[in-house]
Amino acid sequence: MADTKHNGTAAYDLASNGKVDGDGTGQNGYKVIGTRPVRPDGVDKVTGRAVYAADVQMTGLLHGKILRSPHAHAHIRSIDTSKAEALPGVRAVVTAADLPVAEDKIEDLGEGAINLKYLSDNILAHEKALYHGHAVAAVAAISPHIAEEAVSLIDVDYDLLPAVMTVDDALADDAPILLDTLRTDAMGEIGAQPTNLASFFRHQRGDLDAAFADAHLVVERAFRTETVHQGYIEPQAATALYSADGQITIWTSTQGSFAVRGQVAEILKIPVSRLKVIPTEIGGGFGGKINVYVEPVAVLLSQKAGYEPVKIVMNRADVLAATGPTSGSNIRVKIAVDVNGKITAGLAELYYEAGAYPGSPVGAAANVSLAPYAIDNLQVDGYDIVVNRPRSAAYRAPGGTNAAFAVESVVDELAEKLGMDAADFRILNGAKEKDRRPDGVQYARIGQIETVQAIKNSRHYQTSLEGKYRGRGIASGYWNNWGGQSSATAALNPDGTVNLNEASTDIGGTRASISMQLAEALEIGYEQVKTRVVDTDTVAYNDVTGGSRTTFATGWAAYDLGQKLKQEMKRRLADVWDVSPQDVSYEDGIFYAGDESLPFVEAANVVQREEPLMASSTVHPQDFGPGFSTQCVDVEIDPETGKITILRYTIAQDVGKAIHPSYVEGQMQGGVAQGIGWAINEEYIYDDEGHLLNASLLDYRMPTALDLPMIDTILVEVPSPGHPYGVRGVGEVNIVPPAGAIANAVYDATGVRMDKLPISPANLLEAMWAKEAEAAGKPVPGDD
Amino acid sequence: MANKTAVETTLNGEETTFLCEPRQTLLEALRDELGLIGSKEGCGNGNCGACNVLLDGVLVNSCLVLAPEIEGRSVVTIEGIAEDGELHPLQQKFLEHASLQCGICTPGFIVSSKALLDENPNPTEHDVRLWLAGNLCRCTGYDKIVRAVLDVAQNNA
Amino acid sequence: MAKIWIPPLMRSLTAGQQIVEAEGETVRELVAALDERFPGVAERIIDEGRIRPGLTVAVDGAVQSRGLRAAVAPDSEVHFVPAMTGGEGSLQ
Repeated sequence: MADTKHNGTAAYDLASNGKVDGDGTGQNGYKVIGTRPVRPDGVDKVTGRAVYAADVQMTGLLHGKILRSPHAHAHIRSIDTSKAEALPGVRAVVTAADLPVAEDKIEDLGEGAINLKYLSDNILAHEKALYHGHAVAAVAAISPHIAEEAVSLIDVDYDLLPAVMTVDDALADDAPILLDTLRTDAMGEIGAQPTNLASFFRHQRGDLDAAFADAHLVVERAFRTETVHQGYIEPQAATALYSADGQITIWTSTQGSFAVRGQVAEILKIPVSRLKVIPTEIGGGFGGKINVYVEPVAVLLSQKAGYEPVKIVMNRADVLAATGPTSGSNIRVKIAVDVNGKITAGLAELYYEAGAYPGSPVGAAANVSLAPYAIDNLQVDGYDIVVNRPRSAAYRAPGGTNAAFAVESVVDELAEKLGMDAADFRILNGAKEKDRRPDGVQYARIGQIETVQAIKNSRHYQTSLEGKYRGRGIASGYWNNWGGQSSATAALNPDGTVNLNEASTDIGGTRASISMQLAEALEIGYEQVKTRVVDTDTVAYNDVTGGSRTTFATGWAAYDLGQKLKQEMKRRLADVWDVSPQDVSYEDGIFYAGDESLPFVEAANVVQREEPLMASSTVHPQDFGPGFSTQCVDVEIDPETGKITILRYTIAQDVGKAIHPSYVEGQMQGGVAQGIGWAINEEYIYDDEGHLLNASLLDYRMPTALDLPMIDTILVEVPSPGHPYGVRGVGEVNIVPPAGAIANAVYDATGVRMDKLPISPANLLEAMWAKEAEAAGKPVPGDD
Repeated sequence: MANKTAVETTLNGEETTFLCEPRQTLLEALRDELGLIGSKEGCGNGNCGACNVLLDGVLVNSCLVLAPEIEGRSVVTIEGIAEDGELHPLQQKFLEHASLQCGICTPGFIVSSKALLDENPNPTEHDVRLWLAGNLCRCTGYDKIVRAVLDVAQNNA
Repeated sequence: MAKIWIPPLMRSLTAGQQIVEAEGETVRELVAALDERFPGVAERIIDEGRIRPGLTVAVDGAVQSRGLRAAVAPDSEVHFVPAMTGGEGSLQ
């Protein structure tokens, strides 16, 4: 396409660290793209006016609360709701018995394939409670306090079963089985026995045995990572309202209004035509607000309460216990190099805990694992395993951080043993166009090597780090990104502004990045585009804000709308000017034909004198480019406490074309902050019976402003050939490298290679003591 | 239903009387009784700062204050930060620096930052980070928030 | 002829071959051609007339939402790879 810029050169430079070409002027011929305007929804969000899901109010609103299992694994013998129903102010009580019978069938509801039975069972437990926090019953009452009181009056008779908490528990020969109908799916070959291993797959090419046998050096290590949560600050909340004609409106905090509509329709057996989902402002998601939790329950309670509206707002403990988390994992990595430091073989075995139902992100993790490297002999095995933890959900580059932590630790050790600089090792072995990702598919133009080069040339990497217990580490990461389906409409106003209606929830400034692409396409000002996020009745199907797709795909729809409006305006002006449409040109915001000329603003009026002008666009772009990021971190360790202080952090990321550089930087900084939390503090802590012990934001310790330094960003612009403006998804890949980079920095500081996450003070101290004992010649159990 | 009690207070500069249940928190009263939805509940136990308000000029978590406790006292919420239709410099700088992504924590950060600058108009980066350690943001990594606050402070100087 | 990368867990059906060449203008035709030579392959790839859940097809580096109907060129490279799940799952 004419506007495509893909010269294939990296646009980073040292002097413009964190700035690139986004200083308000635009570049590469762009007028709007690359500038940093204020987001359209900004003022409402700094003044407290923006309406989030918990802010929805209406007359006669009932409040719902959910009773959750106090046990990790138990048969539900019976549920007695009579005392709750008798409490004054209670309007309805529901259990799984009120849900329609779900089919044992796999469907794609816009969030990946899911078995409908599992989907329904996670909303309200049927025969078994499968994790501490599993929803068992719900109450609607005239106040949240009464609903809470009523929930405490429900008696559930449980028959306790042993909790299956880890990969090792679940795969043991005598492991209790979580789901009696589950059989292992090995790429279409279905196992015969009941199992906790939901699926197994393998990527394999070349001859690994020969390559490992001939290797100059082989490093093999095993790793463990713990369950972590997305940690969005806004708990899930939803309100359901029935109209007298049976239409149902749901206000909710979601990454995908159509995904909510699809899931609620399936769970409650309601046609989608009776459901309208209005996405409110959303207080963070990171993948955790794609699955539904409270929406079907609010609708069910409303049905039972005489069709009064019902609102459910989760509390923080429930959010941690019953939503979100992403998988803990056991990972083994083995990599061989030749005498020149070239990788000759790579093996990764990934065992991911899916939570109570199949569907861990191990498939994506497999593609992340060895992705930054060109490897001829490769094998990656993936295992999806059910355990008595909450059903895992997507979390920013799902599965990637675990896998990259393991691979990047081994890569660092190889470079060290070879006596090579860690960046040079990654450049020597870096994947580029035509190389293959782990599943064998060939890369198009990618920017991995450019991100390593950018880190190597950065002021940070070029400045030496002094001091005891200080260390530096780097790591790379890959994310696949996604295209997905988007739809949008644009109506031209007679004053030359454009109303853009789109359905991608705006979690981090995408109203701005989408407006900017329409403004660029129409060569008009950013402030002339009014972008609204609309409900499921207003535009056609639209995939979730996830997979780093929104600025890419919905931005593409905006570009397409611009082309369509421009073309129709030319056609109508040709009619007015009595020339042929081909003779009308458009440059710098002015239409021309012969002696005639008309600025966009006036043309908007002229072309609509006889007929209004509106365009619609539906897109499903397939040619999205993957993203790479390489990061450098300096740490300081307190040898007394094991506490890690992050001294300095620099990110280089292949961002395609940065539409709004501030929000691109924000994605990079935010993803790294989450990655740092994952690396050094965050974990689900369970006791032996599977009780979650740290379901609060005090005990589930996310980074605060005091825990982090400024985070420097280098925007490496390798435009994606698959988008008219070269956009690549930028939201996710940034969370992939931090754990590996920090582990490598910790090694540099202490000589200790951490084989587990988090590298919390307790875990690090233990490892440091073990190393000291080893140095003193004392035996250390389990060390190799 | 518990009996409601009348509370007289000064809310964002205006004398206000409202009814609430004694068990309701200030956060609940603001949101459910007074329609001021700008203060958010992220945790309900004082760990996230999304509900921060000023009580007699002192920064508090409104989820940890009972509504009847504000009898005769003065409360400033996010809705009272802008004056005479003009955004407060903190609000303006948060917009310019792209200091918010999802925006749910933003009201709390702005109220907290105002409390900081009221007390210490020229904070260092460390002062800002220490003061804001009671506010959680999961989107931004804090970089652009800290820059916005320092930018306002510099203009104060 | 198009080059088809056989998933490792199906190579027992192709006598261990990693890459097999076959003729066809669509993925469906390729699978049919494969199944003729290596009976059982189609059953592992197709379920109810579509690519089975959990599996996806990539042609020349791009995942094909058209699945079995996707076009294949004579020099195309075709991969059957596990669909990625975990929420953003449709994101192969």
